[in-house]
Amino acid sequence: MPGQQLMQARDMASFDRRNADWYIDKLVQALVFIGGISAIIFIVGIFVFITKEGLGFILDRFDFMEFFTSPYWYPAEEDDPEYGILALIAGTASVTGLAMLVAIPFSLGAAIYVAEFASGKTREALKVLVELLAAIPSVVWGFIGLSIMNPLIIEVFDVPVGLNVLNAGIILGLMAAPIMTSIAEDALKAVPDRYREAAEAMGATRWQVIYKTVLPAAKNGLLGAVLLGVGRGFGETMAVLMATGHSINIPHSIFDSVRALTATIAAELGETAVGSDHYQVLFTIGIFLFLITFVINLTADLVVRGVRKG
Amino acid sequence: MFEISQLNIRNQRVQRLYKTLFLLMTMLLILPVLLILGTLVVKGSSVISIDFLFTSPTDGMTAGGLFPALLGTVWLVAVALLISVPLGIAAAIYLSEYAGENWFTRIINLAIINLAGVPSIVHALFGVGAFVLFFGFGTSILAASLTLAIMTLPVVIVATRESLQAVPHAFREACWNMGATRWQTIRRVVLPNAISGILTGVILEVSRTSGETAPIMFTGAVFFTPFLPQGIFDQTMAMSLHLFVVSTQVPGVPEDLPYGVALVLIAMVLIMNSLSIAFRTWLRGKKKW
Repeated sequence: MPGQQLMQARDMASFDRRNADWYIDKLVQALVFIGGISAIIFIVGIFVFITKEGLGFILDRFDFMEFFTSPYWYPAEEDDPEYGILALIAGTASVTGLAMLVAIPFSLGAAIYVAEFASGKTREALKVLVELLAAIPSVVWGFIGLSIMNPLIIEVFDVPVGLNVLNAGIILGLMAAPIMTSIAEDALKAVPDRYREAAEAMGATRWQVIYKTVLPAAKNGLLGAVLLGVGRGFGETMAVLMATGHSINIPHSIFDSVRALTATIAAELGETAVGSDHYQVLFTIGIFLFLITFVINLTADLVVRGVRKG
Repeated sequence: MFEISQLNIRNQRVQRLYKTLFLLMTMLLILPVLLILGTLVVKGSSVISIDFLFTSPTDGMTAGGLFPALLGTVWLVAVALLISVPLGIAAAIYLSEYAGENWFTRIINLAIINLAGVPSIVHALFGVGAFVLFFGFGTSILAASLTLAIMTLPVVIVATRESLQAVPHAFREACWNMGATRWQTIRRVVLPNAISGILTGVILEVSRTSGETAPIMFTGAVFFTPFLPQGIFDQTMAMSLHLFVVSTQVPGVPEDLPYGVALVLIAMVLIMNSLSIAFRTWLRGKKKW
């Protein structure tokens, strides 16, 4: 019946919440959603744009064997340029490896001390200190390598050049350690207190609690911290540019100068013409770096999530 | 029955040994850095003066001050913040107030982690490819700041999300029960209670942004320019790049000059950072719930 339908419609209208506030609410929801997906857009954008710039080289000149197995990097040669990044990979790997050798034991040790042994004011002070150390810009670290570590290494080890794997490794280790410490400390804090209480109730000492209960429970989180540290060291640019000596070398000892992948891009991009082979090969290295760090971060994330589910 | 046994004594000893060992490791991590910073302060402070801060470099950058670099960094950071703060807060509101626990949210989180983990030089390449060339901004403050903003976006997102999530859920429920929409609840209840935490994140962002070098090298910062920046399409000098330049690229720089530049840069970064930490500690002290 028409009358009844009209009544229903009117009732519906009075329950219709679509006033100005409703529309504003929807609008805001759309806006923050854009913010939410911006991170995805940017990460895809990064990949698309560096691929776009590097694609010409990959399609025309890219030779998988030469690129990854040749130690000869002469991209600026006029008639016969060579694009082997093996020496650069060796440089990055040696410096990152040494850095992790320095950073992993010390940052895990520091994290255990801060999270499990220290208490009250000491702990707060240490946490603040670690956070401040993590804030020192990488170019300052590079400068420290250049002007403080360099003469120190020359004097202590009696070598001709102090800008080498050792220098950059120590600098990078000191850089990565605070970040690894705070992530590892978070991982230890994430272990529920009832685990500790249960172990203590059984008469375990503090160290036994840590060694037998907390560390096994935090294992994945700690591994995640180490992986993120590796990712950091791998992608570090300014500090390795300034402290490695920047000479192309497959290192035979820690006193050899090397050159890193990241540093090569930083040092050479400014001298290349847009669209040239040299320019494009630098972007190709960028793609390589992007993919490697992507895999490291993904692995770290999966490893850390594994523990939350369990 | 509760006598101290040999085993107890041994355990206590082991315990003390490990505690000392880990304390030692912590100290070995921190002390060298403090020593290094001390050296920077000692060598750098002789260079720093009011003149050093407020004059331009002279004699092919071997003398004079660093004012253009200081001003340039202020420009770069300010423009980067204008972009990253609104975007980061929006992203955090979405993640904390709207997003469900599903695969899509996980992908967003993964993207945020990766954005923070991609090497800074790759961000620089992206800045060159996207902003300098594709969007045609040229090497300018705008292109450099966009690159910086995207690189440091995770800092704002993570800090804001944390402070939003620290607001108890009961606050929101009370507001919804009064018939308020989601946005009204966020604006009137959640944001006012989280604003100081967000501010802490923003200060942290300032600190991070002002120290970055690689992302601005090819996108907007230059080794030297006699002009001060007038707008977002100008090139500029920057503190971080200036330190790189005077310590590696310019011949005949007096030994102490780079120390002065390094000291000013590090003071800038650490003061902002300490401010953020102090602010956070103060907030924690006056939290009502």
